[in-house]
Amino acid sequence: MENTVEQALEQLERATAGVRAALENTEAADAAGALAHGVTGGAIDPFVFRFAIFVLAIFVGYYVVWSVTPALHTPLMSVTNAISSVIVVGALLAVGISTSGLATGFGFVALTLAAVNIFGGFLVTQRMLAMYKKKDK
Amino acid sequence: MSANLASFLYLVSGVLFIMALRGLSHPTTSRQGNFYGMVGMGIAILTTLAFATPSVGGFLLIVLGLAIGGSVGAVIARRIQMTKMPQLVAAFHSLVGLAAVMVAAAALYSPESFNIGTVGAIHGQALVEMSLGVAIGAVTFTGSIIAFLKLDGRMSGKPILLPMRHLVNAGIGVALVILIAMLVMGQSPTAFWLIVILSLALGVLIIIPIGGADMPVVVSMLNSYSGWAAAGIGFTLGNLALIITGALVGSSGAILSYIMCKGMNRSFISVILGGFGGETAAVADDGIERTVKQGSADDAAYLMQNAQKVIIVPGYGMAVAQAQHALREMADKLKEAGVEVKYAIHPVAGRMPGHMNVLLAEAQVPYDEVFELEDINSEFSQADVAYVIGANDVTNPAARDDKSSPIYGMPILDVDKARTCLFVKRSLGSGYAGIDNTLFYKDGTMMLLGDAKKMTEDIVKALES
Repeated sequence: MENTVEQALEQLERATAGVRAALENTEAADAAGALAHGVTGGAIDPFVFRFAIFVLAIFVGYYVVWSVTPALHTPLMSVTNAISSVIVVGALLAVGISTSGLATGFGFVALTLAAVNIFGGFLVTQRMLAMYKKKDK
Repeated sequence: MSANLASFLYLVSGVLFIMALRGLSHPTTSRQGNFYGMVGMGIAILTTLAFATPSVGGFLLIVLGLAIGGSVGAVIARRIQMTKMPQLVAAFHSLVGLAAVMVAAAALYSPESFNIGTVGAIHGQALVEMSLGVAIGAVTFTGSIIAFLKLDGRMSGKPILLPMRHLVNAGIGVALVILIAMLVMGQSPTAFWLIVILSLALGVLIIIPIGGADMPVVVSMLNSYSGWAAAGIGFTLGNLALIITGALVGSSGAILSYIMCKGMNRSFISVILGGFGGETAAVADDGIERTVKQGSADDAAYLMQNAQKVIIVPGYGMAVAQAQHALREMADKLKEAGVEVKYAIHPVAGRMPGHMNVLLAEAQVPYDEVFELEDINSEFSQADVAYVIGANDVTNPAARDDKSSPIYGMPILDVDKARTCLFVKRSLGSGYAGIDNTLFYKDGTMMLLGDAKKMTEDIVKALES
């Protein structure tokens, strides 16, 4: 019993340290992470949550893609191509708030390439899908 | 904007992407699905801009990049010919691969902006994720360029077999693992760029030995790789939208590769090892004089006009000759004459999954007249005419009957079971797999030698008169 109280106190202390760190630290995300870390006793890394989402998304993808009709496999490829350019978020961070000129340069190239893909991918998919028509009766 | 709200919005965009793919389960819901995809992308971009609040200069650069890339993309999307879709998709994959490499490079030189540490002290875990993303991205980049060149005919579709290629590839693989370990421990940009260079080389090496006929698998596989690369970068950035999308795209490409391999009755490994379709397989020379029955457009028109049911089997040759519009005209004329017309599509017809369906849709063939192999194969025996245009290996009865044939076991369209098989072809040469088609010498087969488009147009003229 005494042990658990002690543990709880310890955790509380850790949590308050986390809050203090949060106040001192301007980077909210880091602090929130540290806080969660403190409360769970450092048991679960945020990576685990991300990995769980990744694995579940693979399963979702598996079932969703099997339900795609074979007639639309080409649009499927072009639309998956378009959505994979969501990598543009990384490019935006690099161009927007990077601290090095080199990083801004790389980010800009990535941004332009991803933009080609986003617009090209979605528009060509739209063009293809507009062609699929039923028999007019 | 708080980090929690940003993560939540990224999740929303991830869900919208799932709905985009879900929409493709039927043509009627597909346009809505594509719209969800665009909204998801918009949310992801706006969230990032609101969360990161770039400087004025940075913001201008972002607008400039989006404007340049966006207009190039829009022009390409509008101008591209539908027959060139496989090349276009391969080219787009290469862009995703290169973008992944560039984002990783930016993260290496400015880790603070991505919240993964400081220069020279990036978290080890982030480095591992990043190097996986960059390696897969670089392989996707050069691999897709080679696929693009082969599909576009700028490079021979024949496999290029280097000596000891498996050993070389394995060596590069081992070197990559060592370099990733060095990068994590030493944080040196040199290790990072060596990873990039070796992966670029690996991308070229793994695609050049794969022949043109296996391109549907390659394009799907690269689709899958571009997803895994995005997911790797997603882990580095801790971005939910990117992780979910990467997983979706990765599994989508993998499933398509599986479907394509099954359509050819080949294992994924044997496709990747390459070399198929290069050797000119010995034409069965058993001393028997083989005769081929040739016909004219008028003969074909007469046969089809008097048929009750005609099944059209399009293949890559139709795409090359741009014959889809003439084909639809021919079908219209036949329907006017009271003939039942259907289209049969083999899973690996063309150079990418669903290639033929898009071309027929372009020619305004209603999608409910177009059938997949398993749905229509039993109907050939009741059909009067099978009109094979630009397909070859996918109709070869040897795949069904001849155990010694390299394509034995591949599912084929049973066109030989139709009363008459009209086979449009440039010459009597073998198909992409380099295998002689025994169908040419069957009694019920009539060869229509000539360009697919010209021949079909001639038949249309004959039907009119």
